[in-house]
Amino acid sequence: MAENKPREPAHKEAYEDIPGTWVFDAQRARQGYRLNEFLYSLMKAENRKAFLGNEPEYTLKFKMTPEQREAVLGRQWNRLLELGGVSYALAKLAFTDGKSYQWMASRMTGMTEQEYVDMMTKGGRSPDGWRSRSERSQAQRAGQTSAAGGTSPSNGPERN
Amino acid sequence: MARIIAGMGTSHTPAIGAAVDNGKADQPYWRPLFAGYEPAKRWMAETKPDVVIMVYNDHVNAFDFKVIPTFAIGCAEEFPIADEGWGARPVPPVKGHPEFAAHLVQSLVLDEFDMTIVNEMQIDHGFTVPMTLAFGHPAQWPVRAIPLAVNVIQYPAPTGHRCYMLGKAIRTAVESWHEDLKVVIFGTGGMSHQIQGPRAGLVNSEFDMAFLDGLTRDPERLARIPPLEYLRDAGAEAIELVMWLVMRGALGERVKEVSRFYHVPASSTAVGNIILESQS
Repeated sequence: MAENKPREPAHKEAYEDIPGTWVFDAQRARQGYRLNEFLYSLMKAENRKAFLGNEPEYTLKFKMTPEQREAVLGRQWNRLLELGGVSYALAKLAFTDGKSYQWMASRMTGMTEQEYVDMMTKGGRSPDGWRSRSERSQAQRAGQTSAAGGTSPSNGPERN
Repeated sequence: MARIIAGMGTSHTPAIGAAVDNGKADQPYWRPLFAGYEPAKRWMAETKPDVVIMVYNDHVNAFDFKVIPTFAIGCAEEFPIADEGWGARPVPPVKGHPEFAAHLVQSLVLDEFDMTIVNEMQIDHGFTVPMTLAFGHPAQWPVRAIPLAVNVIQYPAPTGHRCYMLGKAIRTAVESWHEDLKVVIFGTGGMSHQIQGPRAGLVNSEFDMAFLDGLTRDPERLARIPPLEYLRDAGAEAIELVMWLVMRGALGERVKEVSRFYHVPASSTAVGNIILESQS
């Protein structure tokens, strides 16, 4: 390791080297604080009702950024992760929509829920080709196209 | 004297609770999973622990982001069930053991584990799913339970080694309590899984098997797995497995494995279950 070059903290570099993943560390948590506060409010039935009754108005009660609000209204799940949402809090939005964790996860992968369930019942997504960005690029170059190998983009805020 | 007689490691996937609550446990998707937990359930019924120490994590239900305790102990008389966004699970609230919990706090803090004390808290699927898997769905739970919540949501989670050492300190704390209590400690969460982002659905059965083997044979090695290795090799949420190391640390050096079960999938999760009796 070169010690003298200015660089991101080592842990951040390591987190960002994991493809298809937004690690919820203290910086991302800080960024997502108001977004997660909104999501936390959906634990109450009356708030879920108020939100579904008028989503734009309800979300204005929270000091989210315009990007976060837009991602909430558009149910842009990966964008919400990127903007500091934590998956367990995001699940409350999925539950409010009458959906499950599994459904939400399938949206994040770009698969249909059935494709996702099929991948899981066949043993899940292999870690091979998904451990690091370089492993991911190699796997993509090798043209793996099976669901378990990864048809979805390796990283970045693709919208769904 | 109170004694930790055994530990149980188990996943706490919310869909498992939902399957029971919605009467889907007999469906082909779920049947193998519930059949696999029968030995654990039988062992619990035969052993009849007095108290469970439930090492689990809250999923943004008891704690929002205002305060994030790394280690917290629930000292309440009773723990109500949280509404996580789809209504509370239809299971009874859990009775605590406030005097014993206060003793654990006293002992652990003087042993240099700075626990957060929680006098009122709701419990979520991280707690109730292991209860269901171990005890079924009775009108009242047959044990009292003490929640020990570990932050594994916001990184960094405590290291595996720290968790393992906390387990050892819990053993010391339990053994200095005057009541004759049979205590079983649960380590919950895991096994390999990721429920976020394009990499969701990751399962690493090889990692999981090595982890189960290591619990019995070489927990010191498991305690040295770097945090990043869990994330990279077994999925972002596999970091929950550090909670199994609290359980293992509390069992003393020698253990006997009495049951083991592994199954993929429950929703996005590789499910593992192990019961280890303390031989020390």
